[in-house]
Amino acid sequence: MTKQILRRLATAIPTLIGVVIVTFLLTRVLPGDTASYFAGPAATPQAIDEVRKKLGLDRSLPAQFVSYVQGLATGDLGSSLSTGQPVVKDIETRLPASAELTLAGLILALAIAIPLGILAAVRQGSWIDHLCRVIATAGVSLPVFFSGLLLVYVFYYHLGWAPAPLGRLDAFSSAPDTVTGFYLIDSLIARDFDTFRAAAAQLVLPATTLALFALASIARMTRASMLAALASEFVRTAKASGLSPRTVIVTYAFRNALLPVVTTLGMVFSFLLGANVLVEKVFAWPGIGSYAVEALIKSDFAPVQGFVLAMAILYVMLNLLIDMLYGVIDPRVRLEA
Amino acid sequence: MSALETGTVTKTTPGFLRGASATLRHARYTFAENPVSGFAFGLFVLLILCAIVGPSLVPHNPLVSDTAAALNAPSLRHLFGTDQLGRDIFSRVVVAARLDMAIAFFSVALVFAMGGVAGIAAGFFGGWIDQVVGRVADTIMAFPLFVLAMGIVAALGNTVTNIVIATAIINFPLYARIARAEANIRRDAGFVQAARLTGNSEIRILLTQILPNIMPIMMVQMSLTMGYAILNAAGLSFIGLGVRPPTPEWGIMVAEGAAFIVSGDWWIAFFPGLALMLAVFCFNLLGDGLRDIVDPQRRT
Repeated sequence: MTKQILRRLATAIPTLIGVVIVTFLLTRVLPGDTASYFAGPAATPQAIDEVRKKLGLDRSLPAQFVSYVQGLATGDLGSSLSTGQPVVKDIETRLPASAELTLAGLILALAIAIPLGILAAVRQGSWIDHLCRVIATAGVSLPVFFSGLLLVYVFYYHLGWAPAPLGRLDAFSSAPDTVTGFYLIDSLIARDFDTFRAAAAQLVLPATTLALFALASIARMTRASMLAALASEFVRTAKASGLSPRTVIVTYAFRNALLPVVTTLGMVFSFLLGANVLVEKVFAWPGIGSYAVEALIKSDFAPVQGFVLAMAILYVMLNLLIDMLYGVIDPRVRLEA
Repeated sequence: MSALETGTVTKTTPGFLRGASATLRHARYTFAENPVSGFAFGLFVLLILCAIVGPSLVPHNPLVSDTAAALNAPSLRHLFGTDQLGRDIFSRVVVAARLDMAIAFFSVALVFAMGGVAGIAAGFFGGWIDQVVGRVADTIMAFPLFVLAMGIVAALGNTVTNIVIATAIINFPLYARIARAEANIRRDAGFVQAARLTGNSEIRILLTQILPNIMPIMMVQMSLTMGYAILNAAGLSFIGLGVRPPTPEWGIMVAEGAAFIVSGDWWIAFFPGLALMLAVFCFNLLGDGLRDIVDPQRRT
């Protein structure tokens, strides 16, 4: 098992190298002269030259790449022009907000999509099957920023159930002491249940928006792979042996149907991390997505590049994790290695 | 094409026309079987009409503001209401169809040219071309796609053209993989070997034998990715990339209306969002319908 994990880790290295090369290229194809951009509009040619030297832009591309990688190795992604902070520090402080939101959305999506997909497959052609299909089609067609706004309109403006879509906490609560950075967990650790309730209330709508989006592909995949599993011979044998329907569906069919679902999770994460940016903008969520958007609007490129790189590394890691999950779910994968 | 069917067609009909009429008949059958595809096709026609003649038909100028009529709710005079500057939202939504469809169309055409050709070459020739195309596709897939698109637009510059390019790049792996798989299974097919024997060059075989054969499957993919391309472009303009106000575009209109949702003026964001949703829905359904026509086995 450890050997296999190591081998899988090794396959991620070329991908990571590719990611670093692409992000490097993205930093170097900036329109116009990067140096004159960083020097500001009022800079003299002399000042621009100085900036160019300081940024290392007067050297050859490979030399620049080496120093870029050296910077990465020491955790240096440059500084944000607008906040004045190192990008790494900004991303560090904002990452928990994004992670809490994305995880909440994913858990919610899984909790709804998997039972829905199973039921749709077990009762093929019933109303729940049709519901599953409608949700799957609507989920991929609805732009997440639009569904988020609809939820805000209905649940905040109309019904008044949800708090104003303005970040992680309302104005009356203060953030709990940082342990994990997740407000829900930190407030429980501090036994501050009012803050917990406030944080949960803020989280419900954005997490639901993300979940609606992620639901579609998970439900569709669960349904399809459950259908295939239910039609297989081992399920027929299990049924013929007189096992209870519950055992047949959960232990026999579902465990086998899980593998394609886990595979789809890779794609779901790609969508979720992207959708996260849009949802954070709608709900003024102080995560790394809205950080990148703010920087983009101010043409502040270092944070954007740091964000793209951080997201890509995160995504590569998530895919690694998914691959490891295979071995846990399917013993055959372990044996093959 | 069975012998029975050829009997009904006059002998002077050229072969390709016969094939076309059979496809048409099959298409009609599929649409009749599946009313949803018919509905999607109707929507598609409406979208195209809006994109082509919309700007000359709309009742108000989409760019002219009228502060006296700002933030009016939908009424007979303003079907979809007016925004904070008193611009007619109905007119803006209709006019925006052209830009949104153009972005999606050009990005899909671009990725078809890049990904399709690269994929066919990879599948047909194999070897180092296959390696390079596979590596490039893998590297793109290593990024969350929307995030990569943001990075590309940020790097290349904040213009509509670059939105088209970014959307094409993030779809590249999908097209390259499908084209590669389809070309790969055909590289030694009988008709390809026959063409090779009669002295055609490999490039010629690729263009005249392989490409036409994988076109139908690529068309399905294009229709399915049109929806995704529209979503992606609208998402980028929602966060302030590419399209600039006051240009009417669905994504940026939703962004402009977002501030007014909390005060109950829902129509500013609602109608452009609805148009966006219907357009994406239309292309997704149309893609499914096309797939039924092209590849009945994959019907779900």
